[in-house]
Order: sequence, then structure tokens, then C-alpha cells
Amino acid sequence: MSLAPPLLAVEGLTKSYGGIHAVRGVSFSLRSGEILALIGPNGAGKSTCFDMLNGQNRPDSGHVRLLGEETTGKKPREIWRMGVGRTFQITATFATMTVRENVQVALISHRKQLFDLWGSAPNVDRSEAGRLLELVGMGGYADRPCGELAYGDLKRLELAVALANDPKLLLMDEPTAGMAPRERVELMRLTAQIANEKSIGVLFTEHDMDVVFEHADRIIVLNRGTLIAEGSPAEVRGNPQVQAIYLGEGLLYEGGHREGASA
Amino acid sequence: MAFYVVQFLTGLASAASLFLVASGLSIIFGVTRIVNFAHGAFYMIGAYIAFTLTERFSGAFGFWGGVVMAALAVALIGVLVEMVLLRRIYHAPELFQLLGTFGLTLMVEDLVVLIWGPDDLVGRRAPGFKGAVDFFGQNIPSYDLFLIVLGPVVLGILWLLFQRTRWGVLVRAATQDRDMVAALGVNQKWLFTSVFAVGVFLAALGGALQIPRDAVHHAMDLRIIVEVFVVVVIGGLGSIVGAFVAAVLVSELNAFGILIFPKISIILVFLVMAAVLIVRPWGLFGKPEAAARKTPGLSVNPWRPLTSNERLASLAALVIAALLPLFAGNYALTVGSEIAIFVIFAVSLHFLMSVGGLASFGHAAYFGLGAYGVAFLAKMAGLPMIVCLLLGPLLGCMGAAVFGFFAVQLSGVYFAMLTLAFAQIVWSIAFQWVSVTGGDNGILGVWPASWAASPSHFYWLALGVAALVTIALRIAVFSPFGYALRATRDSLLRSEAVGINAKRIQWTAFVIAGTTAGIGGALFAYLKGSVFPDNLGISLSVDALVMVLLGGVETVSGGVIGAIVYKALNIWLVSQTDLSKLVLGGFIVLIVVVFPKGIVGMLEMLAQRRRKSPPPGSSLLAKPIESAE
Amino acid sequence: MRARSYFVGAAFALLAAGMGHSALAEDIKIGEINSYSLLPSFTEPYRKGWQLAVEEINAAGGINGKKLVVVSKDDGGKPADAQTAANELVSSEGVAMLTGTFLSNIGLAVSDFANQKKVFFLAAEPLTDAVTWAKGNKYTFRLRPSNYMQAAMLVEAASKLPAKRWATIAPNYEYGQSAVAVFKKLMSEKRPDIQWVDEQWPPQGKIDAGPVVQAVAQANPEAILNVTFGPDLVKLVREGNTRGLFKGREVVSFLTGEPEYLDPLKDETPEGWIVTGYPWYSIKTPEHDAFLKAYQAKYNDYPRLGSIVGYQTIKAAAAILAKAGSTDTDKLIAAAEGISMPSPFGEITFRKIDHQSTLGAFVGKTAQKDGKGVMVDASYKKGSDYLPSDAEVEKLRPKD
Repeated sequence: MSLAPPLLAVEGLTKSYGGIHAVRGVSFSLRSGEILALIGPNGAGKSTCFDMLNGQNRPDSGHVRLLGEETTGKKPREIWRMGVGRTFQITATFATMTVRENVQVALISHRKQLFDLWGSAPNVDRSEAGRLLELVGMGGYADRPCGELAYGDLKRLELAVALANDPKLLLMDEPTAGMAPRERVELMRLTAQIANEKSIGVLFTEHDMDVVFEHADRIIVLNRGTLIAEGSPAEVRGNPQVQAIYLGEGLLYEGGHREGASA
Repeated sequence: MAFYVVQFLTGLASAASLFLVASGLSIIFGVTRIVNFAHGAFYMIGAYIAFTLTERFSGAFGFWGGVVMAALAVALIGVLVEMVLLRRIYHAPELFQLLGTFGLTLMVEDLVVLIWGPDDLVGRRAPGFKGAVDFFGQNIPSYDLFLIVLGPVVLGILWLLFQRTRWGVLVRAATQDRDMVAALGVNQKWLFTSVFAVGVFLAALGGALQIPRDAVHHAMDLRIIVEVFVVVVIGGLGSIVGAFVAAVLVSELNAFGILIFPKISIILVFLVMAAVLIVRPWGLFGKPEAAARKTPGLSVNPWRPLTSNERLASLAALVIAALLPLFAGNYALTVGSEIAIFVIFAVSLHFLMSVGGLASFGHAAYFGLGAYGVAFLAKMAGLPMIVCLLLGPLLGCMGAAVFGFFAVQLSGVYFAMLTLAFAQIVWSIAFQWVSVTGGDNGILGVWPASWAASPSHFYWLALGVAALVTIALRIAVFSPFGYALRATRDSLLRSEAVGINAKRIQWTAFVIAGTTAGIGGALFAYLKGSVFPDNLGISLSVDALVMVLLGGVETVSGGVIGAIVYKALNIWLVSQTDLSKLVLGGFIVLIVVVFPKGIVGMLEMLAQRRRKSPPPGSSLLAKPIESAE
Repeated sequence: MRARSYFVGAAFALLAAGMGHSALAEDIKIGEINSYSLLPSFTEPYRKGWQLAVEEINAAGGINGKKLVVVSKDDGGKPADAQTAANELVSSEGVAMLTGTFLSNIGLAVSDFANQKKVFFLAAEPLTDAVTWAKGNKYTFRLRPSNYMQAAMLVEAASKLPAKRWATIAPNYEYGQSAVAVFKKLMSEKRPDIQWVDEQWPPQGKIDAGPVVQAVAQANPEAILNVTFGPDLVKLVREGNTRGLFKGREVVSFLTGEPEYLDPLKDETPEGWIVTGYPWYSIKTPEHDAFLKAYQAKYNDYPRLGSIVGYQTIKAAAAILAKAGSTDTDKLIAAAEGISMPSPFGEITFRKIDHQSTLGAFVGKTAQKDGKGVMVDASYKKGSDYLPSDAEVEKLRPKD
């Protein structure tokens, strides 16, 4: 009931493709410092929903607001400038550049120095880049070409890049997909810690229910494009509708790992 | 009315052989992702061999048998080329295969003259199709009717082949997703070889069937290759139906274009291609290409600014180059100036291609515009040399701003083709608008002012500008903008996700590259004292590509080295032998096979190997590689 | 066989280049540039022609007792490369003069180079009128009859035709455009009653012959002027024959009687076209007989027009050098202006007024003989009779 607008407010988000409702009237909100998981079985509309939040897809109707400001219809890069960092399900990094350079690109963009043709990029925010890399535990890899990194390290690098513009909100699409179990735990623990320290809101989708129930403050569940449940991990776990969906797929507790990278 | 029907049918007949050649190119590209520049050469060899066979064996069987035998023979040559050359370079950087097939084309042009002699050859007419059929008072050659039927028949056969055979299914699968086929456990090697053979067979058949209509000569390949690229791109790469529709479209444009716009029929085709690509970036029947060109793990050495030692070495090289006038004659100095100018041209393309990941096939347009800019200013406005040199490149800049805006909306091969289309449009204007540009006869008398007239002065000027341009672009590579540009090259998705407006960055890079090329062109106009449409022609664009690829597309200084080696070799060969194309082509093929990373790439690899020989691992957390600036 | 001779030719060129370096101080060197790799069908006979001339000159004691050496370079068909070659010949080889070139734009580029570097240039084959007129300069001379002269020769015959409705087909670049322009101008002067009913401008080297033929036929002209040549001509003739375009129509055609263009047509050769060319088989003059005999004896092949041009270029260069008695450029120019000399086509003169030689061409009609194309009823037209008046030339040519 506070008057200040929430960090992220989603209202009545709807999208259909050729008569099929991918997402129908989804509404939820997210506070700063909160970690919210968006889950649901395959085809539930998670990806569509996510893409509408980060600007890759335009909703048919509904609104997305960041601290009260409309982001609907904006391009990904404009949404980023409003303070939204993101990581991808399949990592997207600058493969021929070094780990440090990857972070520096984001910092350069954040400082609006993209069209500076004269400066020396290797020296731009070198220490800041180093600090971000230390933060995600990648300090020792700064000069390695990104193309040589192991998958888990790429995920951590993406996190560092996503933090480069001091985001208020992090959008993470299946952050632990394709990682070994121990790495998953590490990465999410790191994310939670950073979110907590910097008071960043985190929205993530995830197939691995261990990860979800361990790290999410709150969970929302999508099925067939509509929001069917919302609440704390305990509440959602106890929700019979959710159980039905997941038990039907046999995934809720033990199957998550196998689901892995497929979307 | 009958006239228009006949005109339409004539267009269809021309479409048939265009379709044969284009479908072959399209299939090859679809599966192997090779832009086969040698496709025109196979077309030409098909015509030559068919000429020999049809002259040797008489009668209807001799003719038709000869045509088919010729196509088969060339397909066999294609298999050989694939196994000996292309197989070795499938994993080389994209477009390196283009360099290899370009080298082959050069060789073939000289070889056919050596084998078949210099004269144009006119083969016999097809038995049974010598005359014409009367159509309401208009004559239609019966051979045209044969071709009109042949086109759809070949389309049908290809369709059956792709839909009804296991091989066809594999080809279609590979066109959509190459890795999938590898995963299916298919012997990819032989799939590629067979696809290449089929594509080459179609090209050679297209050439052989020209015998009753055309003269066989050693420049047939270049006449068709550009048109075929246009057809394939309009239709959509990898689409056979697209190739057919586009071949008909292009041929009908030619047939009716001459009635409405008799003087601009060549431009018309390129205008249509540009329009199609702007509206439908993947051609009429093409599908959006998966982001295939990003090849991480290709063990690219991270780029870094020169260390202080390397800087000293570069400076020393520059000083030595500057001392050349002390011991070299006028000719060597003029050649030196030309090489310096081509260094400018090559580094400008290198900036776009290596840093920006945008391989332009029409970069000569901006070089030539710079040259024409100077010529207009000097001859029409009578401005002094220094002013012309400063303002002339602006024409290249403006051209790049306009064309670049549209071109950067595309990527990969489609980007390359749209730049080619723009360059051809500019070339056609220069070539045909005689009253303004002097047409083919060019603009003469653009000689340097007295302060730069002596070969040594001009050499210092060219060398100085080349050094400045190279340094400036190198600074740009390691500037924040350069990082952003490399970011858009490596991952569009990620760069948009960190707030980079990729198209604006790429457009800016295009304009920078175009302006820089224009500076080279401006100097070139003064070096030669004249400007000709050649200065913006395809062969110059190809030269630039070759220089960058030869030097090493994944390196920072590949453009410089590639330009020096290629241009010096080229000038020397042309001076020493009439068979310069054969030798140069052979050299390029050799480089492609032996050093698939280009000259600089190879040197870096050697250096790295040496650097790595001390205990491994020590470098992992060692002090930063970059030297602080 | 051809391959063999080509190899020999290439080897000879290399040898000639090599000899250039080792030439004795008293040798006289001439630089020669042509599009050997781009246009071998024209430049191979041309090369044979000049090699024969060099042999004859040196066998007869050289130039004022000095041996003549020709250093030959390929330009690859590119003006810029031609200039590089010209530079090498002048700067490194130290040649006394430049000769050669086939394409108009290359002729102009080298002519401009000669003007800038103050070198004597004898253009062999380029046709454009600009070489001697609009872009003429004091250092440049030309041997072959120009575009204007060829047009004037054709107009003389064409204006006698009854045809009133004319169409033109010409490649869309400077040569084609100016050939049509001159022909139209001269023709309209003689025959004000003529109508121009259609013009076709196929791109050079890329004619789409079927539609072009069809479009011309649709305009139903009584006569056609053709300027296309080479492979474009072959396609045009084949399509025109099949579609009956030439039936009942007069055709006037530039250069088609030259063996380079006529021979490939074989049994497709159209009958009765009025053409300029070189009927080597029917020229019965002592000068030509001597040339023909020598050429056939040396090469076991018949000469093309290129052979004549190559032969006479070097003969003319030698005559100019002999008359000048020096390799000084100004003396060469003085010697060349107005010089007369024999040629296989009879005596020719390099005019002082515009540096054009009066070498002429043959005008006749095409015909087929034993499945081969020939020129019949051919008569030699002296170049001097087909040039504009001196007053007009003065206006066309910039002052030196």
C-alpha cells in the first residue's frame, strides 16, 4: 500500500500468435532487492513473457513499468539504459574479445562513450572492470579470450557484464542452464548476494526446481499463458494446481536437472 | 500484342541458362556456405569443352552427347577442385573460400587461352533447332523454345531430387542446419563433394547450352558471374525455386527494360536487387540465416595495441620506406606510391571487414568516388590540388553515408551483395553518363601541382597519408568506438543488450571506411593523372577483398601487409609476363591452402608458438598482455 | 598448336623484356604497351605484326645503323596499369618513345601520360576521335583510321542507299555513343530526308541479343547501323539471322569486315552488309603482296588487321626515328609531323595538323564463301579523303 511505485510492475500482459494465446493477462510486480522466479512447464509462455519485459517482443496489450515509467514498446537497448541488465539462456558474449574487454564494452556504453574514436579503450574503466570481474570471481581470467572460457565461466562473465550499468533490475533467462549442479548453486548464491548488497531486483526463469526453491524469495507460475499461482516457495510448493502440472510432467523435484538446456 | 508475347518468351529463354548456373551456385552455397566465385569459370569451361566435343563429333548425337559429356567432364573437374582445394579450407574464416575460388578463376582465364587459343569461337547450332517458328508474324527461334521448356524441366528434376531421394533430404537438411547433418552421422565430406559436383554440373551445362547462341571466349565467366550472384540473391540463397523466379525476373527486366529505358538496362537489374534486399533482406524465397558466422573458439588471438618494441619496429619500417627516394629510381617510387595508396584502400576495407565484420563486395565504389570527386573539383571547378585532396574524399563519404545506411540493415552475404549492387550502380553511371563523367574515356589531366609532381615528392605524400590513415584507423580500432564495433560483430544480441545501437555503430564504421577509401582514391587520381570507371569497378573491389584476406582477416595489421604483398606482386607480374593471371591465381590458391589465416595470421601463429614454448600456464595469471598506453 | 605458339609468344616477350635490360648502349629501344591478356584475339596478330617489322628493320641494318629493340608490356585492359607500364618503360627502360594500345580509354590514358611526361607516343589502334582532336596533344600521334574516318567511309556508301528509316545498335559506352553520333551527323548532312526510328544501347559485352533484335524489328527500319563487335556481334548476328531481322534490310556496320570479327562468324556470316575491314585475300598490290608473303612465311598463318597495325606501327616508329636521327622527343615530333612512308596499304602520311595518319581502310560487302565470311567488292579508301577540313580540325583540337 506504499505510494512509491514498485521496481517492476507488469499489468495485463497479453500476446498471441495467429490466434494462439501465448501470454494472457499476466500481472505481477517486483520490489527492489527481491528475487522472483518465473516458472512453468514448456510452452507455458515464460520466454514470450520474458522477451516482452526486455523489449525483444512487443505485447498486444498490457503494460510494463519500471519505477513507474513505461517500458512497453521500447527497444532492448533503451530498456537497458533505464537500468535493466540481463543474461541469456544461451550465453551471448563477445567471443573474440578478452574477458575484461567484454565488461569494458558495457562500461563504455554506460558512460556513453560509444562514438569516441580517439580514446584508448583498453584504459577505459580498467579498474572498474576488474572490480566487477572480482565480484563474480573472474578476476584471474581478465586477459583470457572469451572464446576459450568454460560454460560456467561465461555465465559468470555475463553476470559481470549485466552489472556494468548499475542496474536496478536483473533479468536472467535460465541462468543455470547447461551448468553442473555445483556451479548452479555457486552462481545463484553469488547472484543473491549481489542483489542483496546492491538492492537489485532479480527476475529469473528456471527449470531446475532445486535452484528455484532454494534462491527465490517469491515464485510466480505460468501455465498456458496465464498466471496460476504466486507466493513464497512454500506456498507454491503446496499449491495443488502447481503440483498437478509438474507431477504430470514428473519434473517438480527430481527431473529438473535433465530438463537442462532445452527450452 | 504478338510482339510483347515474343519479347516475353525471349526473356524466358534467356532465363533458362541463367537459372541453370544460378541454381548450381545456390545449392553449393546452401550446403557448404561457400560463395563460389569460380562458378563462372566452370560455366566457361563447360562452353569450351562442349565446343571442342561438338566440333569433333558430328550429327545430333555428337551435339547433344557433346553438351552432356562436357557438363560431366567439368563436374569431374569440380570434384577434383573440391577435394584438393576446398576441403582444406572449409574451416578457414568465412570468405576465405571466396579468395580460393577467385584464385582459380584467374588461373582458368589464362588457361583457356593457352588451351583453346585467343580467338572467339563460334560453335554450331543445335541439330533440329536451327530455325525459327512463326508466331503471328514474329519469329521465335526454335532453340529458344527448347530452352523455355528446359528451364522448368530442370527445376522439376531438381525438385524431385531434393524431395524424393535420401541425398536430397540430406542436402535440404544441411542447407537448414549444417551441424544437424554432422550429428546424423552422415559422411559430410562426400555430401559436400557431391553437392559441389551437382552445382558445377549445372553451371557447365548452362555454359555448354550457350554454344548455339553465343561466342565462346575467355571473358565469359565475368560476364555471367555477377548476373548469377544477382539472381541467387534476389531469389534467396539456397532456394532453387527462388533462383528460378529471380532468373525469370532478371531476364524479363532485360527484355522489357530495353524498350522503356534503352540506356540503363544494366542499372535496372541492380536497382531491383537493391530494392528487393531492402524490402526482403533474405531475398524473395530465402529464409533468415541463423547467426552462423560467429565462430567462437576459432582461437583468435586477442587484439592488442602494439607494444613499445613493435611501435619502434613499425616506425623503423616507416623511416626505411621514407628513405626509398635516396636510392630508388622514378619507376620504383611511382610503384611505391601506388602500393601506399592501396595500403590506404586495404586498411579502409579491413576496418569494415575485420573490425566490423562487414565484408563489402563493392568497396571500390568509395575509392572511385573519391577519385571522381578530385577529378570534378580539379577539372570543373579548377581548384588547387590540396583543396581537391581534402574535399574529393567527401564524395566517397557521401556515397558511403547513403548506401551504408541501407547496407548495414543487412548482414553476411546479403550485406556483401547489396554493397556490390550499389557499386555496380555507381559504376554504370560513371560508365554510361558520358556527358558528365566522360564515360569509358574518363577524365584526363588530373596531374599533381608542382610541389608534388616529382615522383619522390608524390611518394612521400602518399606514404605520409598512408601512415597517417593506418595509424588513425589503428587508434580507432582500440578506441571505445572500435570496441563497440567489434562488439556488434561478435554478438548483435549482446551488444543491443548493453545499450549499443548496433546499426548506428556499423553505419558510422561504413562511413569511416568509405571516406578513408575515398582518400586513397583521391591520391590515386593524382598518381595516374586521370580517372576511369575502372576505379570503381568490381575487379578493384575484389582486389581489396583479396588484399585483406591475404593479409589475414582476423588480424589488426593484415590489411597493410596484404596490400603490400598483393600489389607489389601484381605489378611485377603484369610487367614480367602476359600470363600474370595464371601466376597470381596460382599464388593465391597456394596461400589459401598453406596459410589459411593469411600472411599476418600465419606470422602471429608462429610467434605465438614461440612465445608459448616456455613453461605453459605461466601466462595464465601473468601480468596483462597489453602494454599500458 | 595455338597453345604452343602462345607459349612461344610469351617466351619471346619475356626474352624481349630480358633483352631490354641487356641491350647495348647504342641500341634504340621502343616501349610498347597493349592489352595482351585481356584481348588476345586482337593483340596476338598485332604482336606478330610488330615482331615481323622488328625483324625486317634489323635485317636491313637497323635504324641509322643501330639495332631496334622493342620492350613490350601488358596492360591487362586497365588504364591505370597501362600508366604503370608506361612509367616503367620510360623511367626504368629508358625507351625513346611509347607505342601501342588498343582500347580507346587506354590510348587516352597513355596519351595524357605522354603529354605530362613529355614523351613521344605513337598510338596504334585506339579509335576514339579524342586522341587526335578533343584531347589531342603535341606528343601523341595515331596510326589507325579514327572513328570519324570509319564513319565517313561508311556514310559515303550508306547515303547512296534508298533506305529512309534507320535504326542503330551500339554498345553503350563512349565508343558506341560517339560512333553513332558521328554517323548520324554525317548521314543527316548528306540525306536530310532520313528518319531515325529506333536506337538500341546494349551494355558492352553483355548484349541480350534476342530482345534487342526483336525490339529493332518492331520499329521496322529499312536500314540498320551496327556498332557492336566481338562476342556481342556474334550473338546479334545469330539472333538476327534466326529471327529474320536482316531480311530485306540494309545493314551498315563498323569494323565487321576485319578478320578478327568476321572470321568467327563462319557460316553465320550475313550477306551484303556494308562494312569497313581488311580483305587480305583480295588485295593485289605489290606492297601488300610483299607483306603477306613475309607474314605467311614467318607464321604460317594469315594476317588480321591487327597484324597490319602492329607491323606498320613499328615501321612508322622506325621511320620517324630514322628521320629524326635522334631520340630527343622534340626532334621526334618535328620528324613525325608530315612524314610520309610506305605501308602495306600504300603510302601514308602523319598529318602535321592533328597527328593523324592517313592510313585508310577497305569498304566492301560481306559475303559467304565456302562457309566462311569474306568481304567482296572491297575498295581501299584513303584516310586523307575522309577527314574534315583543316579549318574544322583546328576548331576540334586544343592549341598545343
